[in-house]
Formats: sequence, structure tokens, C-alpha cells
Amino acid sequence: MKFATVISTAGEWLRGEGPHHQIVISSRVRLARNLRNRAFPGWAKKAERTAILELIKPRVEDLPDMQDSFSEALQELTPVEKQVLVERHLISREHAAKGVGSGVVMNRKQTLSIMINEEDHLRMQAIRSGLQLKQAHKLVDKIDSALESKLDFAYDQHLGYLTACPTNVGTGMRASAMLHLPGLVLSELINQVIQAVSKIGLAVRGLYGEGTEAMGNLFQISNQTTLGEKEEEIIARLSKVIETIIEKEHDARQVLIQKKPNTLWDQIGRAYGVLTFAHAMSSKEALNLLSIIKLGVDLGAFPEDRRLPIDELFIDTQPAHLQKSSQQKLNAEERDHLRAQIIRERLKVFPKPDISKLARESDERSTSSPPEHE
Amino acid sequence: MNDATVFLTQILEGKMQKVNLCETCSKEKGVQDPTGFALADLLLGIGAAEEIEKGSGTAQKCPVCGYTQADFKKTGRLGCSSCYLTFAEGLGTLLKAMHKGTEHVGKLPQRAFRAMELSDKMRTLTEDLEKAVAEENYETAASLRDEIKKLEAEIAVRP
Ligand SMILES: [Zn+2]
Ligand SMILES: [Zn+2]
Repeated sequence: MKFATVISTAGEWLRGEGPHHQIVISSRVRLARNLRNRAFPGWAKKAERTAILELIKPRVEDLPDMQDSFSEALQELTPVEKQVLVERHLISREHAAKGVGSGVVMNRKQTLSIMINEEDHLRMQAIRSGLQLKQAHKLVDKIDSALESKLDFAYDQHLGYLTACPTNVGTGMRASAMLHLPGLVLSELINQVIQAVSKIGLAVRGLYGEGTEAMGNLFQISNQTTLGEKEEEIIARLSKVIETIIEKEHDARQVLIQKKPNTLWDQIGRAYGVLTFAHAMSSKEALNLLSIIKLGVDLGAFPEDRRLPIDELFIDTQPAHLQKSSQQKLNAEERDHLRAQIIRERLKVFPKPDISKLARESDERSTSSPPEHE
Repeated sequence: MNDATVFLTQILEGKMQKVNLCETCSKEKGVQDPTGFALADLLLGIGAAEEIEKGSGTAQKCPVCGYTQADFKKTGRLGCSSCYLTFAEGLGTLLKAMHKGTEHVGKLPQRAFRAMELSDKMRTLTEDLEKAVAEENYETAASLRDEIKKLEAEIAVRP
């Protein structure tokens, strides 16, 4: 499979309709594994890294789940191509900075992505639409079990899987979900939620992981600890917290509809206006406004069939995706123009927000219907 | 979330402290997460160096990969899987502060599982042999010795 093929199709997780997919964009589980007594990638010399890559890569490509995969050494990818993979969450920002001696293998559906010689010799990741942490774990666990018969993984009876960073030792597992929480942000409850979550040993991060800003009202929540708890326990604990946050997000939206309908209507109207008529737009502004439109779809202000075009814009307006779609190299200003142009074109066929729908929804919910999530 | 345990690691006067509180208690005591999102990173930056130094004394070097304490101090990462053995003492304290527990209770690779099975079997055979010898049951002892030899060979060929 060629890189162009990867680019031309969106990952299954974006088109999929997993449970709670309105609020939970995706669920990811990654496992870190290393070869016994071989220097970790950050310490290994180039020759050893290359030898390790050559040992691992064919074994990954041979997996039944990796037939028809995209597999490449990182120095063969251009910076823009690497960045496209980052924007799709198929490789990490750290991995994109790697060159000779590192590689990536992913399946056609883009549900599995295996980074070779990132911080660890192996970082295997499964990604699913909506809240499906258990299913994502099952998917990546199968890959791990298939590989352990072919590779001698570093494992200690007491410490479990040994990783380059002591924060990952034990299960080597990081489970995370990407949440869209405009309701909590608009009602200024988000900091309370973030604080509560970090108090119980979970981490909250921005769109692209550690140290990144929360844009587009998107938040990643993940487990912080990996030792002393079973994989299933970690996932169950995380899922429970996420379900609570989903509930809080729904509550916040209901309160906004009932108590501040004008503010909500104003936000959606402004987002629609700016996106429809602007001629220059930064990636951050685009994400923040698209988030409000997405909320509008959730609340019925736009028809349901407008959901996918908006979800796709979240990805397609990212810098590297824009650059990839253009023939010549763009500077930041040109990118902002192109971004606004693409958004305007997609929104041409978009109906105006329908406030009556919004109002009706609020009536329905306040009188009869029980809360969506228990 | 009321019954959830608050797992909090604080750095007080340069020392790490692990505090386990239920959410109600943590509110009562006014405990705030001092480290925000990058708990582990912060720990590694400040606490790691000190803990590792305390544990291992003078300059230690991993015999497999040549990594030193100084390298760990600088990067917060280890050099190879054997480093966990080399720097075990200092790491123990660090891991305790960093994680929910100190023992892995999760997935067991088949390879490790099989190795454990074999060593269990070996223990049983050895015990049986001792018993047979004590009871002067030499025929049984001989056949047990054969079995042990076979098992030893099986363990030896495993990677
Ligand atoms: Zn208490
Ligand atoms: Zn080492």
C-alpha cells in the first residue's frame, strides 16, 4: 500500500459510529514493548537501531492483521507526510522527528499502527471510533500475543514489561480517549472536571498529547500509571470516568439550552457566519469554530447528514493535510487562505442553522425524555 | 467518583511523598494536585535524579549497555532492559512513588508463563526425588532423575 492510498481514505475511526461517538471521537490503546538486553532506541547507536528495525519490521508485516499494510522506514517519508500521520494520530510527534533506524507499519483501515524504534522498540496502537477502549485493547493485545512468539520481549517477573521510561513499566499500556466537550467549556465547568480527573491518577491533555493546548474543545484523557494494576482494571476505571464525563457534558448542554439559549444560538450563528465568509483562518480558529458547528449538529441545529463533512474538516484543515492537498509549498499565510477556501466550499451546501429545531429539542428534553446516559 | 482513591504524589522540600486519600478527605485537607498534567515528567526531572543517587551510591554502569546514573539523570530514560537490574535499588523507590503498586499483575507473556510452568514442574520433581531418596525408594528416584534431566534439557534450549 502506498502513502497516497493512506492519504486518500480517512481512517475507519473517523467514519465509524462507535458508542457515544458524538462526544467520544476515538478510543486508543497502545502497548510499549522492548527486546531483551538490546539498547533502547534513545540509547542505541544508529547501526543497532537499524539492526533492530530490520529484525522487527518483517515480523510485524507478516502478521495476519497486517496484510495489505503500509510499511515504511521513517527516512523515506517527507516531513509533510510524517506530519499527516501525526495529524491522524497514527504516529506520535516524537516519532515524526525520527529518521534512520525507525519505521512505521499500519493496516489499511488505519485501526492499527505500529511504531518501531520510537521511545521503545515497539509501540503498538489500536484506534477505534467512539468509546471502545475494551475493543481497542483486544485488537492490540492480539498483535502483542502474535509478536511475542517471534520476538524476545523484555519482561520481568516483578516489574512486567520493561520500558525505556519508568512511567510505562508494568503493562506498558496507555489507554486514552479523545473527548469533544464544548458544553463543559462554554459553561466554564471544564477546569473542575480536569482537576477531578487528574486527582484520581488520570491525565488530561490537548489534541496532540503531552504539553499540547486544548483546541477545538478536544481533550485526551488517559491512564497515568502502568504498574500494580491489571490492563482490564485500568481500562474499566478509565471507561467509568469517561462515562461520568459524558454525562456531565450532556448535563452542561441541557443547562445551556434551557438557561442560556441565546448565548448558545449566538455562538452557533457566529461560527457559521465566520466559517461561511472568512477568507483567512488559522488552524486554531478553524478547530474552535468547527467544534461549535459540531455541537450544532449534535443539538439538531444542522441536519444529521452534515456530521461527516464537519468531522472530516477537523482533519483536512490541519496544516500538513492542507499542504498535502496543494501542489506547491505553502507559507503560513497561504495555508490560512486555502483553509478558509476549503471550509467555505464545504459549507456552501450547508443549510443555515435552524433555531426552531434547537428550541424544540429543548422543550422535548425538559418535559419528557429521560437523560440519555445513565 | 466519590469512592475513588486519590493517588497523589507531591514533591515537598525536594522529597517525594505519596499520599493516598479518598476524594472527600483530600477536599477536607485542601490537597490540590501540585503537578497538574505532567506529573511523571516533573517527577523524573526533579525526583528521579535524587532517588537514583540515594539508591545506588557511587557511579554505577549497566554491564549490558554501558548506561550510567548520570545518563539517567539527564534523560529520565533507561538504556536497556538490564538497567532495571543495575539500578534496581533507586528505581524501586521511584516506581513506588510513580505507580499504583510495585508488582506487575497484568499480562504474562506466553514465554514467561511457560518458563514459570517449567520451573514449577522442576520444583515438584526435585521435592519428589528428595522424598523418594529419603524413603530409599531407589527405583522411583532413578526415574525421577531421568525426568529432571529431560526437563533440564528442555529449559536449556529455551531462548
Ligand atoms: Zn476518607
Ligand atoms: Zn542497560
